[in-house]
Amino acid sequence: MSVDFTKPAPLVEGGVSLKDIDDVIAAPMEKPNNKGFLLALSISLSLLGIGVISVAKLLYDGVGVWGNNNPVNWGWPIVNFVFWVGIGHAGTLISAILFLMRQTWRTGIARFAEAMTIFAVITALLFPLLHTGRPWLAHYLLPYPNERAMWVNFRSPLLWDVFAVSTYFTVSLVFWYVGLIPDFASMRDRTTNKIKKFIYSVFSLGWRFSNRHWQHYERAYLILAGLCTPLVLSVHSIVSFDFAVSLIPGWHTTIFPPYFVAGAIFSGFAMVLTVLIVVRVIYKIEHIITALHLERMAKILMATGLMVGYAYGMEFFIAAYSGVEPEQYVFINRAFGPYSWAYWTMIICNVIIPQIFWFKWARYNIPILFIVSITTNIGMWFERFVITVTSLHRDFLPSSWAYFTPTIWDVGLYVGSFGFFFTGVILFSRFMPVVSMAEVKMVAEGAQPSHHGGDHE
Amino acid sequence: MSRKLHSIVALFDKPDDIIHAAEKTVSEGYKDFDVHTPYPVHGMDHAMHLEPTKLPYVTLCFGLFGLSFAVFFQWWVSGDANTSIGAKNLFLPYWLERYPFVIGGKPLFSLPAFVPVMFELTVLFAALSTVAALIAVFCGLPANAHPLHDTEYMKNVSSDRYGLCIEASDDLFEEGKVKDFLQSLGGHSIAAIKQPYKRPPSFFSTLIFMGVLGGVAMGVGVKAYVIYNKILYLPPFTWMETQPKLNAQDTNDFFENKSTMQDPVAGTVARGFMPYEYQGDIASAEASLVNPVPVNQETLTRGKLMYSVHCSACHGDLADGQGKVALRTQESGVWAIPGFHTDVLRKAGDGYFYHVIMDGKGKMSSYAKQIDEDDRWALIHYIRVLQRAKDAKETDLK
Repeated sequence: MSVDFTKPAPLVEGGVSLKDIDDVIAAPMEKPNNKGFLLALSISLSLLGIGVISVAKLLYDGVGVWGNNNPVNWGWPIVNFVFWVGIGHAGTLISAILFLMRQTWRTGIARFAEAMTIFAVITALLFPLLHTGRPWLAHYLLPYPNERAMWVNFRSPLLWDVFAVSTYFTVSLVFWYVGLIPDFASMRDRTTNKIKKFIYSVFSLGWRFSNRHWQHYERAYLILAGLCTPLVLSVHSIVSFDFAVSLIPGWHTTIFPPYFVAGAIFSGFAMVLTVLIVVRVIYKIEHIITALHLERMAKILMATGLMVGYAYGMEFFIAAYSGVEPEQYVFINRAFGPYSWAYWTMIICNVIIPQIFWFKWARYNIPILFIVSITTNIGMWFERFVITVTSLHRDFLPSSWAYFTPTIWDVGLYVGSFGFFFTGVILFSRFMPVVSMAEVKMVAEGAQPSHHGGDHE
Repeated sequence: MSRKLHSIVALFDKPDDIIHAAEKTVSEGYKDFDVHTPYPVHGMDHAMHLEPTKLPYVTLCFGLFGLSFAVFFQWWVSGDANTSIGAKNLFLPYWLERYPFVIGGKPLFSLPAFVPVMFELTVLFAALSTVAALIAVFCGLPANAHPLHDTEYMKNVSSDRYGLCIEASDDLFEEGKVKDFLQSLGGHSIAAIKQPYKRPPSFFSTLIFMGVLGGVAMGVGVKAYVIYNKILYLPPFTWMETQPKLNAQDTNDFFENKSTMQDPVAGTVARGFMPYEYQGDIASAEASLVNPVPVNQETLTRGKLMYSVHCSACHGDLADGQGKVALRTQESGVWAIPGFHTDVLRKAGDGYFYHVIMDGKGKMSSYAKQIDEDDRWALIHYIRVLQRAKDAKETDLK
């Protein structure tokens, strides 16, 4: 594919009119179910069913059904929590950080990525809740007046996590909803179905596209993007504090916050890429989510992959340079100990494979993009596994050393979490506009006045 | 009944046209007009002469409020506000009392550890207030009853046309003139928008509304009853009352004696409970036992405490056999309790006293379980002090 870099590439291909944009984006919501949608939904619902069975077994028998053992108290539940929170971060990055940087190409993918953030964070929250053993007492985590006169401990990273993840979820949800208001209003005026019209009217709040409103709306969107940017960085930093504030060798390092944030963006972009490649084909929106979008995402994937690779190297260097023996032992054990298979899987998937994106043909090759996006997520899952398990399985007391093996219920819950996530994403793509109509129209050709001045940005 | 006019609207096809139209409308002197576009058109705020939005001030104020609330709340929860439970100086209701927790040796107000939550609450308050202000205050939403809804005009501006709307409330508004003006700007589909009918609320709709409220209240009540009294006591929600374990007193078929708690192996000695070697043999005890505890201020103070706790009730504070119990036994003539100021006891070795503490003597039972090893010897030192007090020698005065 040839690309002309002397002028900005069109963000929406094929010179479509504003009306066409509405038609294309609204099509999945207006047409009867297509086969691709039903197939995808039935697969994800089957996975969700496995998850439901695993949760029922877990609630009835207790966390003993998992493979967690005494030194490895944080097994898959925490690995999966960090994995899913990380996936959520790409959505905020695309919608907020790229917005602040005036990267207009983000409009095609921002809505979808934000929706993935919402579902990924909900999926992530399931794991610590279930790991508490009695999730129906989860309100103990919140500071509220109680008859025991015992309030929460604000010095604990686990409590910071409660605040960080719930704030992140709330703000992402609100940000997403604000973006959806004009699109709900467009849908309200398109639909002929009375029930749909009622629902869209309620959610559009009676938005009437007034410029007196757009003026405040645009500023609010900018402010929210400005607030989300530090928020997304803080959330994964605080997730990394769960590890870094402890004294376990391999966890107690200052590189953790930036390292976790880079890893989160890395895995999140990979997941967005995986899902978008499928969705743009199912709903035939290749000219709205273009090869250009995928190419730019591939570049970010490689950049964050390099950051993660740098962190892997730096961890080893600091362990050697610090002269702390347990620290050195942990890292040598990671690479050559009983979990070396997991470590090298991580290195190959996260550091070596993304290097293919140095070549332009690879960034425009959809099958390669798809495969690398999947290997990246495998690698990032193993990164969390390596961090969590290898540091724990060699306790300070050699008598308590153990090898962690997951049980079928660990696997069932993990598979179920994919079912939960994809069911949410698939239903979203059927009932809400997967691309922001208003934003795409704004960047379409001829959509802005040609010569009038004023507050050009 | 004729409906009142709300506004006259016109549609335009190009963003350039609508910018031009907005500029003209302003220069014509209209105030109550609006432009409706399917997306924000750049330069429109300038063309309409709009003031910059004041929304950021809301964000700033609520962000700062969230920050200070987080500092105050964490300080208050962590106990620095009120360092002892139940302190009445703040006049708190019982449900606002809290234990001060000292964790990891950190001060009650440990600011660095509070920073993450301070940040999160700042962002949370700022973001939610911005959105709430945007929707409710700055845009006046929700407003599904607005006259512009369900018109051809709204269907167009929500998709791909640009609309100009001049409202009847404007001072310069005259229906014919406005229509001509819009025509002259190049607008098409010019239409008059009427105010919607206002239906007075009927008695029945109020009744239905009250019925729905009552139904919701009933539903919530039943739900709360079922959850709190039924579901929360079904397994697995049993508050850990049922656990797969054996209690010490349960019968157990695994062992021959059907008991869960097994006897210790013969000859087992519990920590700190060495058996007493001279049981029933006071002579050997006196001959072989030597007091290992040094005499100093500390051991004597300890011995005095032990004596007042365990001995003085019978033997008396001054070891004269005139304790409270002794007075009662003498009164009723049951038995007499000896003091320690006799020649026999002055000459008896420390091992003698030790043996009596361990083994008892006459009516006195063993105190081995009440008094620890070192305390017994300290106690004996104190008995010596009491004996000496009533048997002082000339040399003691020097």
